[in-house]
Amino acid sequence: MATGAIPNRPVDNRIAPPSALRRHGSQLGIIGVGLAMWLAFVVAAPAVFTNLDIYRAFAQTTPQFGIIALALTFVVITGEIDLSFPSIMALGTAAFCLTTAYGGAPWWIGIVCALATGAACGLLNGLLVAKLNIPSLVITIGTSFLYRGLELVLMNGTGVPLTADKYPAMHALLRASVFGVPVQTLWMIAILIVFWILLNRTRFGAHVFLVGDNPTSARLMGVNAVSVKARAFVLVGVTAVFSGLLTSIYGYYFWPTTGDGFLLNTIASVFLGGTSVFGGTGSVVGTFVASYIIGAINAGIVSAGINAFYTQLAFGLVIVISVVLQTLIERRIRRQSLTGR
Amino acid sequence: MTQSAGAVDPPVIELRDVSKTFGEVRSLSGVNFAVNRGEIVGLLGDNGAGKSTLVKIVMGFYRPDSGGEIHFHGRRIDDWSVARARSLGIETVYQERALSEKQPIWRNMFMGREPRTRWGLIDVKRMRSESARLMSEHMGFTSAAVHPDNVVTTMSGGEKQGVAITRALYFDAELVILDEPTMGLSLSETKKTLDFVSGIKKAGKSAIFIDHNIFHVYPVVDRLYVLDRGKVAGVYAKSEITMDELIDRLYRVARSGSMD
Repeated sequence: MATGAIPNRPVDNRIAPPSALRRHGSQLGIIGVGLAMWLAFVVAAPAVFTNLDIYRAFAQTTPQFGIIALALTFVVITGEIDLSFPSIMALGTAAFCLTTAYGGAPWWIGIVCALATGAACGLLNGLLVAKLNIPSLVITIGTSFLYRGLELVLMNGTGVPLTADKYPAMHALLRASVFGVPVQTLWMIAILIVFWILLNRTRFGAHVFLVGDNPTSARLMGVNAVSVKARAFVLVGVTAVFSGLLTSIYGYYFWPTTGDGFLLNTIASVFLGGTSVFGGTGSVVGTFVASYIIGAINAGIVSAGINAFYTQLAFGLVIVISVVLQTLIERRIRRQSLTGR
Repeated sequence: MTQSAGAVDPPVIELRDVSKTFGEVRSLSGVNFAVNRGEIVGLLGDNGAGKSTLVKIVMGFYRPDSGGEIHFHGRRIDDWSVARARSLGIETVYQERALSEKQPIWRNMFMGREPRTRWGLIDVKRMRSESARLMSEHMGFTSAAVHPDNVVTTMSGGEKQGVAITRALYFDAELVILDEPTMGLSLSETKKTLDFVSGIKKAGKSAIFIDHNIFHVYPVVDRLYVLDRGKVAGVYAKSEITMDELIDRLYRVARSGSMD
């Protein structure tokens, strides 16, 4: 975008388009953190990190939570949060098992039922939050127990084997590799592209930002905040189920505890990616990069031969330092803007 | 009721016997209100007189209590909403608070009615370039943060108001509602805003102008409504009343609750 669009204007440095650093500061920051961490790993364990196997490993596992994080970014930009997605992962995958393993339906019907279950769970979350104005932090803790409880009752607490001989199509779709690239990461890239367009090039996406930034002004301008928020929660519900299937097929088994341990990784990816907890700003690209950073810490620490007890310590350091840096950078940018640089 | 020129047409917007109650509080009771084509109507009244409730009904944000009617060009409309009002050409300029501060100017400019390409995606390129054009043609702030990518937080109060006004203007509004548009503005910015209000009239469009400052309101309006405690306390054509008389009556209304 050239300044030439506004001709014959006295020079005012604020007229200059905001620099790339200002517009994409937090995203560039997170990419920097990612690169620094990668270099540290390469130096610490060159044998491991110059071998493709390690990259294959986290290209398979990161999308399991990263895909949900991409959708959760929408919810967080609207100023809400969803804590129930681990339970939705399990309930949706249970729906798949019930229709296919127990009901004898073909795999694709199972997928449709599973995704529909996720959409329904997300819709219920969204309507409770947006229509009744219940704080999402509170109500999604409630629905989290609800969905988990429902799943445990339906499955009677038992798991279901999802082996490749019974579900060849599912394994081809969710567990294979294409030219050596794990299909999980290809899915995540595809979803990133779709969600980037959804967030940045559709009215829905535009309204996600408006609702999260200033709900009153959005309503005054005729934006339907209830529908925008409900749709964001539906996105999380559907991706949670997709990820539940991805995770279960990867492990050849549906565990009734599916989703346990996903909560913090996923939420951390969203915030680490530069999406503001206050709503109104955020980026799916940031979330994408942050997911892989978090995925890499896990795989990296173990393969570098460091005691796995250090994993959480490393998570903590990376997240705390990155978020502090983002806040400082943003504050600095704001001050520069106010003083005209 | 005094009518201005062109009164043969039905009013652009007319409220008949409109009341609004919030719980126990009656904000408006039995208000009749009309804006004719090409007319600038001023709305005066103390805090809590019901000015802002009245305009929020006009722009579709609140629904009137049952019994009240809203007529647009003489046609009664029951499913009145913000989206409906905007689609009929009613635009509102709020105090600067109705902008999304963390968003770039171009997002604010097209808030709630983003233009789309034929693929159904929003036309970001057009939003950016149109915003740049509007900022330079209509706002003319020489020291403005006019780049459409700038976020609103970085702008001054007057520049923000400029965005809000330009936004209303762009969509070819038939009726523009200005809710205290001069609040917090510098002298030159205030003058620009008032010039803009006069420009609405010249373009044959209508406006409702709400302001505390009678010195801003009186010069630009054709007709004045004085509200007090939820009721219309008086309606004046500007030709009927001088500014001094009006000030005198406003004092009396404030003290006794009636004009007489």
